[in-house]
Amino acid sequence: MFAELRRAVVVLALLTVLTGGLYPLVVTVIARAAFPRQAAGSIIERDGQAVGSDLIGQPFSKPEYFWGRASGTSPVPYNAAASSGTNLGPTNPDLTKAVAERVDALRKADPDLGPVPVDLVTASGSGLDPHISPAAAAVQVRRVARARGLSEDRVRELVARHTEGRQLGILGEPRVNVLRLNLDLDALKGEGRTP
Amino acid sequence: MTSADYLQLGLYAAVLTAGVKPLGWYMARVYQGRAPGLEPVLGPAERLVYRAAGVDRSAEMTWQRYAAAVLGLSLVSVLAVYAVQRLQGVLPLNPAGQPAVSPDSAFNTAVSFASNTNWQGYGGEATMSYLTQMAALTVQNFVSAGVGMAVLVALIRGFARANSPTIGNFWVDLTRGTLYILLPLSVVFALVLASQGVVQTFEPYREVQLLEPTEQTTDGVTTPVTTQTVAVGPAASQVAIKQLGTNGGGFFNANSAHPLENPTPLSNFLQCLAILLIPAGLCWTFGELVDDRRQGWALYAAMAVIFAVMLGVCVWAEARGNPAVAAVPGVEQPAGNTEGKETRFGVANTALWAVATTAASNGSVNGMHDSFTPLGGLVPMWLMQLGEVVFGGVGSGLYGMIVFAVVAVFLAGLMVGRTPEYLGKKVGAFEVKMASLAVLIPCGMVLLATAAGVMFEDGRKGVLNSGPHGFSEILYAASSASNNNGSAFAGLSANTPFYNGLLGLCMLVGRFGVMIPVVALAGSLAARNKVPAGPGTLPTHTPLFVGMLVSVVVVVGALSFFPALALGPIVEQIAAANPAAGG
Repeated sequence: MFAELRRAVVVLALLTVLTGGLYPLVVTVIARAAFPRQAAGSIIERDGQAVGSDLIGQPFSKPEYFWGRASGTSPVPYNAAASSGTNLGPTNPDLTKAVAERVDALRKADPDLGPVPVDLVTASGSGLDPHISPAAAAVQVRRVARARGLSEDRVRELVARHTEGRQLGILGEPRVNVLRLNLDLDALKGEGRTP
Repeated sequence: MTSADYLQLGLYAAVLTAGVKPLGWYMARVYQGRAPGLEPVLGPAERLVYRAAGVDRSAEMTWQRYAAAVLGLSLVSVLAVYAVQRLQGVLPLNPAGQPAVSPDSAFNTAVSFASNTNWQGYGGEATMSYLTQMAALTVQNFVSAGVGMAVLVALIRGFARANSPTIGNFWVDLTRGTLYILLPLSVVFALVLASQGVVQTFEPYREVQLLEPTEQTTDGVTTPVTTQTVAVGPAASQVAIKQLGTNGGGFFNANSAHPLENPTPLSNFLQCLAILLIPAGLCWTFGELVDDRRQGWALYAAMAVIFAVMLGVCVWAEARGNPAVAAVPGVEQPAGNTEGKETRFGVANTALWAVATTAASNGSVNGMHDSFTPLGGLVPMWLMQLGEVVFGGVGSGLYGMIVFAVVAVFLAGLMVGRTPEYLGKKVGAFEVKMASLAVLIPCGMVLLATAAGVMFEDGRKGVLNSGPHGFSEILYAASSASNNNGSAFAGLSANTPFYNGLLGLCMLVGRFGVMIPVVALAGSLAARNKVPAGPGTLPTHTPLFVGMLVSVVVVVGALSFFPALALGPIVEQIAAANPAAGG
């Protein structure tokens, strides 16, 4: 038994160097060279300043921005240093209450709002979901257009530009990147009015 | 379900099945002592390990010595992972300044990663330094998977050999599996993931401007929040082996629901594929090593049947949506039950992942199982309770299924009054005892731990959701830990001394309470001589046997857990369907 313990220490030490040291190091070096932007977190820069990540959603509640999924992170929504879902169970009254409150908030910002797609009023698994469904974007077009003094067609055109289809035509779900869309809305200088 | 859903699920099944033969063939070569293509590159590393550790690669071990080596390595692993966590505050590669992990959490995590469970009581980005993630957790992702495969190969040798006192050399099996199978696959896979946007960097967390500043109110004091801290780190390298080695411990708290851990539908497809790739391929390896490939396909078929049925139920339940949410005025539910799910994956891919990760003992998630519909959540829970034999963990899943096959031939033997045999080996009293232990120990542990969680105040107060769903949270945790899965109904606050201790114990018993009987089984089988198949021998490659095997797995799982499931997900499903009845 003692001989095997000694071997265990040596084997683990060597495998630690190999799989815990060299392996991540080699992957980092190659990934940085081949995919520098992705390996660093897909950070979006505007005028030399980091304004977000393609992959990490941000909280929005003003009428002139598209809103993303609800977020279960604490202490603030979309806390990208502590990802989390709400973990509310399907029959938990807190879940239906939260959904109803989000519907009310959307209604308040647009009294003529029709039925709301469920993804817009439920929380994502990570609390950081950067996307909403195209349907969830479509119901917000009127509100955003009004708040910005833009035509609905102009906003719809922008939404279309930020809508991704299924990857390789098959995988995943169609989706709209909310932060990217809102950044481009803000970039429409001279169009509409500044909210 | 939409046609796009069918297409994605079909593609998954097709790619997985296509990989079985080539990967299985390659893995068989590795354990036979050859590694086509990779020996020139990794051979020096392999020889270095043997030389430094004083391993004579031709020296064979008895089953007792093999078991001692397994236990020795696991003990050293637990101590090493514990030590790194406790010392991370003073060790390098800690840009976020994470302090030492608490003793109970460090114990739980050390056992968790060394036992290939990867249950996580902590949130990765808020707890672990880069060094801990790499040098402690990533290493165990490799090593614990390598151990599982080694024990499987030892068991297969038990069938393949005759009149042999030994079952192979553990250090050789471990080193070769790690170097020639897990490492090369991980390097390739990690780079593909990085191309999709899985973060891989040693830079500190990034601070970015919020487009719409917000505010935070704590204790009545409101402070403006203008920036967002984006946790990053060397994630791709860890996520690759976390999926391939059926480990499942996420780099980030939200695991593969986190967009920097699983950014695109393609990364999701590949990660989900990686969960089952090696366990499925090992079926072929088994057939190859016992020199009867039909035997491997028979086990694969038994696994695939259970998998397909469970997948159908889970996708159906989640796509139907949550009746309670549908009842909220003004909500339409075309996308199904989206609470806890990511937009880019959708319901079908999240249900697929849930089934794959619990069929295998992976335990990673790409959505929150706690927020699944009651029926949708029952599926992953029950798959774990079946003993992680439907594909299962790398190595551990197949040796678990072989144990069930031994039980199945024993039952068949009882029916016709013949001495049972499997793959030319008589199954005697010792073999049946060991198989029974391996089947019953995790079952017993699940039920005991659930009882403890419900009986003690410390157990009950960890629950987030009330009523039957709260019971489900405890039952799920006990099932996950005792079967070395690692996924959670994550509403349960498990990072407490009570749960860290209880679930740590479950993981130890679930791992070694199965593994040691299996090594003993290997030894006893290897010592037996081979009996040629006679007219009364039950063929074990036929649909009839596959059906029997599936029945044994399902009946053991149903008999053991139906009462417990009735108190949790089943009663909740009934209540959810009839809100008027007090749900």
